[in-house]
Amino acid sequence: MSFDLNFIGILIGAIMASSVPLILAASGELITERSGVLNLGVEGMMIIGAISGFALMVVTDNLFFAVVGSMLSGLIISLIFGLLTQSLLTNHVATGLALTIFGIGMSAMIGKNFVGIPGKEFPLLFLNLKESIPFLGPIFFGHSIILYFAFGLPFLTNYFLKKTKTGLIIRAVGDSPTSASNQGINVTLVRYSCILYGGAMCGLAGAYLSLIYTPQWIENMTGGRGWIALALVVFATWSPIKVLIGALIFGGITILQLHMQAVGLRIPVQLLSALPYIMTIIVLVVISRDSRKIKLNTPTSLGQIFYKEK
Amino acid sequence: MIKIEKRNDVSRSIYFLTPVLAIFLTLIGGAIIFYILGFNPIEALKFFFITPISDLYGLSELLVKATPLCLIAIGLSFCFKSNNWNIGAEGQLIFGGIVGGGVALLFYNHDGFYVLPIIILSGALGGMLFAMIPAILKTYFNTNEILVSLMLVYVAKLLLDYLVVGPWSNPEGFNFPETRQFSESARMPILFDGLRIHAGIFITLITVFLSWLILYKTYLGFQIKVSGLSLKTAKYAGFKGKTMIIIVFMISGACAGLAGVGEITGPIGQLHRNISPDYGFTAIIVAFLGRLNPVGIIFASLIVALTYLGAETAQIFLQVPKYTGQVFQGMILFFLLGSDYLLFFKIKFLGLKKNEL
Repeated sequence: MSFDLNFIGILIGAIMASSVPLILAASGELITERSGVLNLGVEGMMIIGAISGFALMVVTDNLFFAVVGSMLSGLIISLIFGLLTQSLLTNHVATGLALTIFGIGMSAMIGKNFVGIPGKEFPLLFLNLKESIPFLGPIFFGHSIILYFAFGLPFLTNYFLKKTKTGLIIRAVGDSPTSASNQGINVTLVRYSCILYGGAMCGLAGAYLSLIYTPQWIENMTGGRGWIALALVVFATWSPIKVLIGALIFGGITILQLHMQAVGLRIPVQLLSALPYIMTIIVLVVISRDSRKIKLNTPTSLGQIFYKEK
Repeated sequence: MIKIEKRNDVSRSIYFLTPVLAIFLTLIGGAIIFYILGFNPIEALKFFFITPISDLYGLSELLVKATPLCLIAIGLSFCFKSNNWNIGAEGQLIFGGIVGGGVALLFYNHDGFYVLPIIILSGALGGMLFAMIPAILKTYFNTNEILVSLMLVYVAKLLLDYLVVGPWSNPEGFNFPETRQFSESARMPILFDGLRIHAGIFITLITVFLSWLILYKTYLGFQIKVSGLSLKTAKYAGFKGKTMIIIVFMISGACAGLAGVGEITGPIGQLHRNISPDYGFTAIIVAFLGRLNPVGIIFASLIVALTYLGAETAQIFLQVPKYTGQVFQGMILFFLLGSDYLLFFKIKFLGLKKNEL
């Protein structure tokens, strides 16, 4: 194996690309959870985003419409979750599971006529810089605009939650919906907005997969990334910056696994593929063991139904 | 004007009627989706829900699919009743299948009445041990059981994949990703010639009966119910929360393991990559649709099993993907949860009955 610097740069670039859907979905879900809502439908919203993005790309031949449309469809499908959990006061866990099951089925139904159609080339930015600068070039340049957005998103989210009034309101709603409501905050409206935002981000994460990462439509192509994104939010103890770090670690494992397979190391492929899941469990154990640390950051009302007597 | 009021008591009749309402709404929703996709909705629904069970073979297939679903859902009802979110039954099913299948392969040239019971027990044990991982991590390390049980599904799937491709693959199998066929004495007895319905259905029925006994006639069942209603009350009453969490996970895992071993010794007869069409996930819907009640779960498992058969028939006649069944399964759960609103709230039409105000 040659360890030239440029190769490592390319490797880091690949790791960044594979972590994008995780960053997007987990950042969206983080906002949703911060408002006290646990939406387990991430996988379902992502796969709906993936098929709508791809289908719109094929039908309209316009990547902009495809990307915006995928966000809209993620938002629309998360509206089902919002209606049920916020207006009809259903259990968050069960509703989220239903959303995932429904989303996987629905995407396959819509996607029936889109199997086997080749994708369109998504424009990559600064390709000349990627080629001309060794090592740093492949890391910083030659990516899609969505990747740059994804890497900025955790910082924006962090600023939004900590420094803006709206962010403060969201956190207040998540930590104590009753007192927030007594302060005159419309808890249901805040939670609806956070659910819809999470849906749009998951839709975008799905579109990244079907338009850029592996530009085609395959049934069930999200392959469990939605669940890893959910785990990432806990892994990050609801802190956006740690979501970014976690996503890079998981992206790293995925890429490393592919390369180890390519190099032909005598380790079973399946063990390597299982690594991200085993890692998630280990990390969850390590961070959850200290219950004070978890309690400090967990939105207190996470997953609880809020009902205001009228 | 419409006024919405919280009910003080949950109406028993509405409690068991809302699942029927949910199924009805799902049929309407399904008809709309089929219409949008350009099918004749009545004909499509007929292919989905009537054609599959219009002959004896179809009815037997319905029971073949309902057998594991009912068994897993019964186990899950223990967890859900006590507010433990085990959503990794699929992994426990697969791990039970791996352990049971491993034993079956050990005995592949043995004959004897003892072979099948050993396989079944080891399968149940496998599922049970696998379910204890999220339970122990939850009780001693405060870890979220939803995520752990779910991550373990992928681990179990990959382990099965490794075994059937590698060390356990059939030596005479031309490198197909599957094990040897199990011996005759390692197979569930078939109940009727020409049909696939097998003795596993008795395991399911016995489990349903035992669960009813445990849930409604024992102290453990009482503890489970109280913990589900109010954790604070359970703590105040001095219930040993940790032990109970581990026990409900063990029961649930054993049921899923039994379902797995029932599949591989019943309809399948060997191990390969796809020993379960997501029964473990679908059983979550069955458990809810059956209201976590043993008898309710029996009915619910038949209805949800029909969505599997319907998807297969529709795949042949309408060329829709097999995942279509999941659209119906998701919708059933949506409508069921949504119609629960009627359970907890009264909708009053003001101005109609003034004397009630």
